[in-house]
Amino acid sequence: MTESIPFNVPFLAVAVMIGIAFYIIISQRNLIKLVMGLSILASGVNLFLITLGYREGGVAPVYTHAPAGIMVLPVPQALTLTSIVIAVACLALMLSMVIHIYRHTGSTDSEKSRIMKG
Amino acid sequence: MRKIAIAVSLSIFIGFLIATAFLIHPFGYPPSEMDDYIIENTQSETGANNAVTAVVFDYRGFDTLGEATILFTAVTGVVMLFRAKKKREK
Amino acid sequence: MMSKIVRTMASFLILFALIYGLYIIMHGHSTPGGGFQGGAVVASGVALLIVAFGSHSIHRSLLERRLSILMSIGLLIFIGLAFGGMTGTFFYNFLVGSPIFGHVPPSGPNPGEMSSGGVIPIMDIGVGLNVAGGLSAILLVMALATTLTEAEE
Repeated sequence: MTESIPFNVPFLAVAVMIGIAFYIIISQRNLIKLVMGLSILASGVNLFLITLGYREGGVAPVYTHAPAGIMVLPVPQALTLTSIVIAVACLALMLSMVIHIYRHTGSTDSEKSRIMKG
Repeated sequence: MRKIAIAVSLSIFIGFLIATAFLIHPFGYPPSEMDDYIIENTQSETGANNAVTAVVFDYRGFDTLGEATILFTAVTGVVMLFRAKKKREK
Repeated sequence: MMSKIVRTMASFLILFALIYGLYIIMHGHSTPGGGFQGGAVVASGVALLIVAFGSHSIHRSLLERRLSILMSIGLLIFIGLAFGGMTGTFFYNFLVGSPIFGHVPPSGPNPGEMSSGGVIPIMDIGVGLNVAGGLSAILLVMALATTLTEAEE
């Protein structure tokens, strides 16, 4: 290693968020808490996409009344827009299925709705 | 026994994530050649002042088509899931 | 159904929310914003109406059939414009230079113009209708489903 190891704070925050989300998904039994863990995972990935494209001392990539300076990268922002909409759609479908499971079995415990009945 | 295996694999995974966060490029100096081309040639090729909207709708319009399809399918699924209850009551 | 003060202020604030959302959608090619962001603002205005008036009163005049028709019209506009540039490739910007939306702005910082951007403002309207109709339909159906389970148990 000929150069020093950079101490990136935003990438460390993303690693902590994804680690917490995986711990929630593995260890919790309540269905609503599982859905919350998946939502935290999606937010962590969106944060990682946005902080990949930052240039030091940059301005927004819009030319209308733009101040002087370097512009940040526009492509990661476009990918994050798509990812946010997909996360909202998946969250709506997951919550509808949780409502249906609650009506069918009477509890929100994931261990009680494991065995399929005829 | 199962709890020990889960704890070991989870700590290996989180250690790998934190080690990767130190090995990516330093924050604020991304390697970028494609975005330099897009920032230079947005106003002459697409005629829009907003580089992000030009990337979403012109340079990468196919991704927007796929994402509109996903939103349409999700709305269809949610409306269909809550329709069977009304029919069963009548 | 909430108290009289909340109902009066909600029916007054829905107008500002709709105009603000339409402003963000229409100026997508000059200022930050665009189709997805404006559609989400319009859907949040509909959420305010559902909370203030109760979902059964809203369901009498805003059926989810009409919201899905609005969503399909927006998606058809988007696909039709994508096929319209088929002389070059799929999704070709065929309106740059033509008198409809085709003024090319000078390079560098400049005050923006409304009639620029090629095929992008019309695609903004299509995607804005799609997102606004879709998110409002999801909110309305889920609010109706929770009141239905309280009534039958």
